[in-house]
Amino acid sequence: MRNTARFIPAVYIFLLMTPIYWLINMSFKTTNEILGTFSLWPNEITFDNYITIFTDPTWYNGYFNSLSYVSINMVISVTVALPAAYAFSRYRFLGDKHLFFWLLTNRMAPPAVFALPFFQLYSAVNLFDTPLAVALAHCLFNIPLAVWILEGFMSGIPKELDETAYVDGYSFPRFFVRIFIPTIASGIGVALFFCFMFSWVELLLAKTLTSVSAKPIAATMTRTASSSGYELGLLAAAGTLTIIPGAFVIYFVRNYIAKGFALGRV
Amino acid sequence: MDRKTTHSKAWLFVLPVILLVAFNAVIPLMTVVNYSVQETFGNNVFFWEGVKWFEAILTSDRFHASLGRQMLFTTIILLIEIPLGVAIALTMPKKGVWVSVCLVFMAMPLLIPWNVVGAMWNIFALPDIGLLGRTINALGIDYNFTSQPVAAWFTIILMDVWHWTSLVVLLAYAGLNSIPDAYYQAAKIDGAKPWAVFRYIQLPKMKRVLTIAILLRFMDSFMIYTEPFVLTGGGPGNSTTFLSIDLVKIALGQFDLGPAAAMSLIYFLIVLLVSWLFYTLMMKDEAK
Repeated sequence: MRNTARFIPAVYIFLLMTPIYWLINMSFKTTNEILGTFSLWPNEITFDNYITIFTDPTWYNGYFNSLSYVSINMVISVTVALPAAYAFSRYRFLGDKHLFFWLLTNRMAPPAVFALPFFQLYSAVNLFDTPLAVALAHCLFNIPLAVWILEGFMSGIPKELDETAYVDGYSFPRFFVRIFIPTIASGIGVALFFCFMFSWVELLLAKTLTSVSAKPIAATMTRTASSSGYELGLLAAAGTLTIIPGAFVIYFVRNYIAKGFALGRV
Repeated sequence: MDRKTTHSKAWLFVLPVILLVAFNAVIPLMTVVNYSVQETFGNNVFFWEGVKWFEAILTSDRFHASLGRQMLFTTIILLIEIPLGVAIALTMPKKGVWVSVCLVFMAMPLLIPWNVVGAMWNIFALPDIGLLGRTINALGIDYNFTSQPVAAWFTIILMDVWHWTSLVVLLAYAGLNSIPDAYYQAAKIDGAKPWAVFRYIQLPKMKRVLTIAILLRFMDSFMIYTEPFVLTGGGPGNSTTFLSIDLVKIALGQFDLGPAAAMSLIYFLIVLLVSWLFYTLMMKDEAK
């Protein structure tokens, strides 16, 4: 029984990887080969799809746009979430519980509900089609999430740490930056990871808030799929490239993921 | 919990968060409320309509149909993903290099942009060029998700299970890891069977993370838009038109702002109500 159980994760991972493999397989095939023959691996490997993406600015700019709004969002979300999470974990104040729940309700708002009002709002403040607009819009669900995670981590730190620092003559800002932030570094890592994740994968808002100059890579793909017929190889190559940043980020936080889920409240 | 100090200036700490979230949440929400009670024929001229749109939506067959499909979808994926995720987490190793390998590979589907997930499953499941479609057809089953509603449902559910089961695995695994070894040793001394260990030690300890898993999966599956939109476009016919897809069709496709706004509010309230129930139950448990 023990031995058969050990195979289950391996089988599960194998099944997870199969569609991803198929995407990568397609990305090295020519369109003719994709439509003409059926094979488990490319018969003649072509790099044309990748070359197109790396040489055509409408393609590679998509990656820059996506990465820039995701980074801006991560910085904004975690920076404002830090003091808020501290307040929720350490202090009791008027309306704290209601406020916490109100924040969480924004994580529950279907993006489809907000698509049109967001378009009008960000057009009105002249931010339409900029990475900043998408970064701010993604704050809607990422800030509540970051507050939620960080609050969980901070509540795990005993209050004696704060008190000892005050006795030692630390002022609050100095304590917060010099002692508290390093102490919850892994929590900040986990919060950044989740902000990256939800901002990187979201498309409905990102697509609504951009047209040309800040178009995310995923939206560039949708346009290609509809306008230039059926360039499956190119589409597969672009898709494969969107998996890479995510894989990279997971590799760095791998040791914190399990811990983060347990301590934080996500 | 009770070691918190009362501090009225704590509001200052929370202010940036409130301002940013309010900008993104309150202003758009008021816009939606505004549309939901008015009629427009263009040119920015609006007429007061009261609750007409709400009545129209609540009694429309179209809304009932997409709400029904949405609830069916969410129920099915919760029934599959939660037990499956727990089962996989139970079989995962506790220590060693293999843990990192498992975590990295399992988390991968979670970090793929949602439309890429849809596009990937499209070329994976197409009956002529996809591995899955070819395999199923080779087994003698007539399968084409672009024309058969049952096949479309099967594909979307399979895609969602592929996409999100790992989240449940990671959460359950974190819950299992927080159980001290002493519990297992005590169970061993008592001669507890694996089922008893699961029922009386592991399951209670996983309760909190599982509540979070169910809550997150409920919210996200109820809001699902991009993946089925890319995979099936809501079709064949309307068979996979879930709430968000229907909403975008009405709002941006037909530009019926009033009904779309009313539907948005009803939709949001449903998610809010169910999530609030979960949240209250969860907090009640934690307070104990």
